[in-house]
Amino acid sequence: MKLHGVTRTLLLSLLYIAVLAVLGQTLIPFIGPYYTQVLIFIGINITLAVSLNLILGFAGQFSIGHAGFMALGGYTSAAISFYFLGPLLAQLGTGGMIGAVGEPAALAVALLSGGIAASVAGLLVGIPTLRLRGDYLAIATLGMGEIIRVVILNTDFVGGARGFTDIPRWTTFTWVFLVAGLCVLVVRNLIASTMGRALIAVREDEDAAAAMGINTTRYKVFAFVLGAFFAGVAGGLQAHYLQYLHTNSFTFLRSIEIVVFVILGGGGSITGSVIAASVLTILPEALRCAESWRMVIYSALLVVMMLTRPQGLMGGREFQWSWLIPTWRKK
Amino acid sequence: MAQFVQQLVNGLSLGAIYALIALGYTMVYGILRLINFAHGDVYMVGAFVGYYLGRMLNAGSSSSSPSVLNFFLVLGGSMAACALLGFILERAAYRPLRRAPRLNALITAIGISLLLENLGQLIFGADPKDFPTLVERTSYSIGIVVFSNIQIIVIGTSIVLMLGLQYIVHRTKMGTAMRAVSFSHDASGLMGINIHRVISFTFVLGSALAAAAGILVGIYNPKIDPLMGIMPGLKAFVAAVLGGIGNVPGAIVGGLIMGVAETLTVGYLSSTYRDAITFVILVAVLLFRPTGLFGTTARAKV
Amino acid sequence: MVRQMVKSNWLRGLALLVFALLAMSACSQNENVIRIGVFNSLTGGTATFGISSTNGIKMAVEEWNARGGILGKQIQLIVEDDQSKPEEAAMVVTKLINQNRVAAILGEVASSRTLAAAPIAQRAGIPLITPASTNPKVTKVGSYIFRVCYTDSFQGAVCARFAVERLGLKRLAILTDVKNDYSIGLADYFKRDAQLLGAQIVSEESYSEGDTDFRAQITSIKGTNPDVIFVPGYYTEAGLIAKQVAEQNMNVRLIGGDGWDSPRTVEIGGTAVEGAFFCNHYSAEDTSRMVRTFVANHVKKYGYVPDAMAPLSYDAAELLFTAIQKAGSIDGSKIRDAISQTRDFPGVCGNITIDAERNARKAAIMLQIDQGKLKVYDVIQP
Repeated sequence: MKLHGVTRTLLLSLLYIAVLAVLGQTLIPFIGPYYTQVLIFIGINITLAVSLNLILGFAGQFSIGHAGFMALGGYTSAAISFYFLGPLLAQLGTGGMIGAVGEPAALAVALLSGGIAASVAGLLVGIPTLRLRGDYLAIATLGMGEIIRVVILNTDFVGGARGFTDIPRWTTFTWVFLVAGLCVLVVRNLIASTMGRALIAVREDEDAAAAMGINTTRYKVFAFVLGAFFAGVAGGLQAHYLQYLHTNSFTFLRSIEIVVFVILGGGGSITGSVIAASVLTILPEALRCAESWRMVIYSALLVVMMLTRPQGLMGGREFQWSWLIPTWRKK
Repeated sequence: MAQFVQQLVNGLSLGAIYALIALGYTMVYGILRLINFAHGDVYMVGAFVGYYLGRMLNAGSSSSSPSVLNFFLVLGGSMAACALLGFILERAAYRPLRRAPRLNALITAIGISLLLENLGQLIFGADPKDFPTLVERTSYSIGIVVFSNIQIIVIGTSIVLMLGLQYIVHRTKMGTAMRAVSFSHDASGLMGINIHRVISFTFVLGSALAAAAGILVGIYNPKIDPLMGIMPGLKAFVAAVLGGIGNVPGAIVGGLIMGVAETLTVGYLSSTYRDAITFVILVAVLLFRPTGLFGTTARAKV
Repeated sequence: MVRQMVKSNWLRGLALLVFALLAMSACSQNENVIRIGVFNSLTGGTATFGISSTNGIKMAVEEWNARGGILGKQIQLIVEDDQSKPEEAAMVVTKLINQNRVAAILGEVASSRTLAAAPIAQRAGIPLITPASTNPKVTKVGSYIFRVCYTDSFQGAVCARFAVERLGLKRLAILTDVKNDYSIGLADYFKRDAQLLGAQIVSEESYSEGDTDFRAQITSIKGTNPDVIFVPGYYTEAGLIAKQVAEQNMNVRLIGGDGWDSPRTVEIGGTAVEGAFFCNHYSAEDTSRMVRTFVANHVKKYGYVPDAMAPLSYDAAELLFTAIQKAGSIDGSKIRDAISQTRDFPGVCGNITIDAERNARKAAIMLQIDQGKLKVYDVIQP
C-alpha cells in the first residue's frame, strides 16, 4: 500500500499522538518520577537539538545563542501563566469542561506565547547578525544569548537574580513529546520543500546561492526565527515542568551543550540529533556512579568522538527503516 | 575628574590582562582560523601552576618576606609549564583535525575546554584558592588618584611581554614563518616551511602568554578557581575581534579598550552590565566594522 | 557501502543508549539502613559552599553512626552533586527520592537550587531541611520544607540596627552581589531598616559572584564619602573587596553578613579586614564546649577551621536525626511533625526553635576582626 505524502504524514502523526497518549497513561506511572524526568529532559533536548539543527546543520549558520532564546521563551510563557492564565483558571474553577481542557489549553497558550516571544527576538537578532559569517556569527550569537540573560537578571517582575518561583506545573510527558514530534515534523517537511533546498544551497556555498538568485538573508533569517521559536517553546516546557526558573540554567554552556547534540549527531541529520540528544541526556545520569569523574569522562568522550568520527554519528544521513530489513535477510 | 582618572587606571590594569590572553587567541586564529576555546582554561592552568610554585617558594625561602625574584621564578615556571600544555593540546587534539571541517575543530576546542575545567575541579579542588603573596602590596597616590605597585607590575610585565612578542613575530625567522603560514598554508608549505612546527610554536607562544596573564591576575586579584578562565577567555576573544583578529597590536589595543569600557560601565552604570557591555561592543564592532579596528578586508573570491 | 557504514553507526548509537540505560540502573542499595539524601554544589561556580556544607553533614552522620545510628539502624548518606545548576538540583532530588528512596533530604546552600528542588520534595512528602538558603520564599513552598539559618529580613535588620544605633554611623554605602539572591535580600532589608532608623544610603553599587576586580565600584563609592560600606556577600569576595578598599586609602567601617564567616576572609583580606564587623551564628573562637568540640573535630578530620556552612549543615543534620529518632519512624509526615516541634535545639550555631513558618529563630552575634581573630562584639536576640 503506497499512501500519498500528505495522507501518510497525517496518519503517522495521528498514530504518534495515540501512542503518546497511551504511553502517558501506562508507561509513565509505571516507571516512576525519576525516569519520567529523564524522559522529559530527553524530549526537551530533542526539541532544542532539532531546532538548532535547522539553523546549524541545514542552513549552516553557526549559532551558539540557543539558550538565550530558550530563556526568553521560558520566562515569557512562565510570566503569562503566572500573572494571567493561572489566576484565570483559578477563577473559572475546576469543574466540568474547564477542568478537563483548562490546563492543556492554558499550557498551549503559554508555550505559543513563549515561542512567539523567542521568534520575535530571533528576528531582531537575526537581521543584523546574520550578515556575519562563520566564527563571527558564532561569537555574536553567543553575545546575544548572554545579553538576553543579563536583561532577564535585571527584570524584577520575573524574579531577577532570585529566580521565578511558583510557575504552575502543567508540562507532562505527552506534551513534551508532542512538541518534539511537531518540531521534527516541521523541520523535516521544511527541508524537503523549496525553502529547504534554498537553505541547503546557502550552507553549501552562500555566494553561489546568492548568484543563483536566492535571497540568502531572507532564508537565513527564516531558519533562525523558526529555530528560535522551538527553542522558546522548549524553554516554556522546562519552566512549566520545574516550576522554577533561574538565569543560571541558560548560560552559554547550555547553548554549547545543544551545539554538541547537533554536531555529535551529525549536522544535517534529524535522526542524528534525536539520538545524540537522547544519549547525551542519559549519559551524565548513567555516569552518576562515577561521581566526581563523570563530567571528566563526559568531556573526554566528546573529544574522542570528534577525533574518531568528525562527521558525527549519522554523518548527515537520516535513519531509514530499510536499513534494518536487508541486514536480517542477508543473515 | 579624579574619579574618572582613577577608573582609567583600574581599567588599564584589567585591560593589560585581557590583552595578554587576547594575543594567544589572535595568533591561533590568524594561523588556524580556529577559536581556541580552551585558551581561557590554559590561562586558568597557568594561574594554578603559579599557585603551587609560589607556595613552594614561599615555604622554601628562609626569609618569610616575599621577593620580586620569586615573582619572576613563578612567572617563568608557569609560562614554561603552559607552553608544554599548549604543545600537547595542539599535538593531541588539534593536529588530527587539520583537514576536518572547522566546526569540528571548534567543538573539539570546546571539549578540551570542558575537559580542562572538569579535570581542574577534580585535581585542584572546586573551591577557590588564595594566590600566595609574591609581592607585598603598597599604594601610591598622586593627587587623589591611587595606584598600587601591583598595578605597575601588571602593566609593566604586559608591556615587556608584548614587546617581546612583537620582536618574535617581526624580527625572527620563526615569526616570518608564522606570518607566511597565516597568509596561506599551502603556499608557505611549498616554500619549504614546516607548517606543523610553526603551528606548534604558535600554540606554545600563545599558551605561555596566557600563563603570564594567569600569574598577573593571581597577584592582582589573589583568588583563583578552576572556572576562572571562562569569562576572561570570552572577553579576550572579543578583544581580539575588536582589534582585528589575527592582528597583534590590534589585540593589545582591543584588550585595553575592553578593560576600560568594562571598568567605566561598572563605575558609572551598574556591574550587572559588566558582561553585557562586552558583547554589546562585540556586536557593534561586527556590524559596523567587521574586520575590527586594525584588520584588513579579505575579499572572498567566488 | 556507505549505507552499510552508516547503518553500523546507527546500531552503535543504539548500543550506546542501551549501555547507558543499563549503567543507570546499576547503582545498588542496601535495605537495612536509613537513607538520607544530600544535594549540594560539589562542582561549578559555588562549589566551595557545597563542599563545606557536605563536610559538615558527614561529620554529623559519622558521630551518629558511631553511637549506633538512628532507631538502631545505621545512617547511609547519599550525596549528589548538582553542579551549581538549578535544573540539575531538580534532577538529583527526584533521583534521591524515587531511586534511592531516601527518608529525608538535606541541602543546598543556595536558595536558587533549593527553590528548584523544594516543590519535588513537597509533592513527594519527603522532609527537606536547607542549612543555608535564606530566601524567604524557600520555606513558603510547603509544609515539608525547613531551614536552620536566619532569613534575610532578620539578618538585614540586625546589621542595620548595629550600624546605626550601636556604632552611630549615618552615611551608609552598600555593595551588593547582584547574582546572589542572599546578598540582594540582605541588602534590601538592611536598606529598609537603616532608613527607618534615620540613616542615609549614600551609595549603592553592585558586583557579581566570581568577580575579582571591584576597583571601579569602590572608586565610585569613595566619591560619596560614606562612614560604612555594607558588603552582604560571601567570603570568597569579601576579603578581596576589603583589600581593594584599603588600596584606596579610605576611612570606612566594613560590615558584612554571615557569608563572611570563613578563615578565608582574614587570609585574603589580611590587615585590610582589621576592625571590620560581621553578623554570624557563632564564633569559632567561642569557648562553649559544643563549638570547641565541633571546630576541633572539623580541624582533625579536614585540616582547616570551617566556614559558616559546615556548622550550619551539621546543625541541620543533627536536628533532622534527632527528629527522626523522636518520630520513631521514617515516615515523611511523622518526621515533618517532629521537625516542626523542635524547640530550643542546642546547635553549634546557637539554639534553634522552628517557628510556624518553618524558619529557625535564633540569636545573632556581631563579630569584630581584631588582629586576625574574631571577637564577639555584641549578641542580638530575635
